Amino acid sequence: MNPEPFLNLDRVIHEKGRMAILSVLAASPELSFTEMRDTLKMTDGNLCVHLRTLQEAGYIAATKSFRQKKPLTTYSFTDSGRFAFAKYIDLLDQIVQQNKK
Amino acid sequence: MEPNWATDHLQVIRTLMERTAIYRRAMAPVMLLLGILGILASILGLILSIDSIAGFGSYWMLVSAIGITGAYFKVRSQALRDSEPFWSPPTKRVTQAVIPPLLAGFVATIVIVATPLDDPRRFIWIPPMWMILYGCAIHAAGFFMPRGMKLFGWGFIVCGCIVAGILPQLELSYSVAGAHTTMGIFFGGLHLAYGAYLYFTERKNEA
Repeated sequence: MNPEPFLNLDRVIHEKGRMAILSVLAASPELSFTEMRDTLKMTDGNLCVHLRTLQEAGYIAATKSFRQKKPLTTYSFTDSGRFAFAKYIDLLDQIVQQNKK
Repeated sequence: MEPNWATDHLQVIRTLMERTAIYRRAMAPVMLLLGILGILASILGLILSIDSIAGFGSYWMLVSAIGITGAYFKVRSQALRDSEPFWSPPTKRVTQAVIPPLLAGFVATIVIVATPLDDPRRFIWIPPMWMILYGCAIHAAGFFMPRGMKLFGWGFIVCGCIVAGILPQLELSYSVAGAHTTMGIFFGGLHLAYGAYLYFTERKNEA
């Protein structure tokens, strides 16, 4: 069995919480902190930590604005994040194909 | 590590993406509600003899407002039952998709009703116009809903075009009572038929 796909898996993405965040962002142009928290049923602290990690990796970008005089932070994929996530899925697919053989 | 972990990861990703992108509320209760409302409103319109153009337009705008409100209450109760947020991203997208054609329909109806034209038969354009614009709204929402909804939208658009082609041929035999009946047949009948279809297929899929 070729271990290369597994070794190439992005360690930033290969974590349950961060993978979930990127999955929901992949299906939506942008999502607010609250929307992500409610969809993923994560705690504020847990979500904050994962979002910061993904931001530091340059995979997601935060946009701060105001809605009805309240601060609103929305998150979206960066180009490099979208590329990395696509590559991650591709590697998972390769591993699945190897397991089938 | 489990040999199937990669498959599980891919499944989680797929599920989360679908949950975020696709509107998953059961549509059968909503369609049945709208169907029953359409038929009852049509019968009530005939019983009350609402036969002025202004009365017809206002009456059906009120009915549609009740229908939209009822539909959102149904969706909200489903969200509460599933302990999920009502105003979810898919709900927002579906709402954003249906607003432009529905708003256009409301505005065009007001224009038809309020314009001081000397044409007592201008009401005949209201039912087909509503059917076409409603079909456009459903079709647009269908991009964020399971398959079938876009086809349902097309059904309304095609029926609206056919009705728009037939009505001018009917000359004076088509009255406001006929317009109530048209609304009942299409907005009531089509919703009821699609609701019944969804009622059985959604349950089957859940099983």
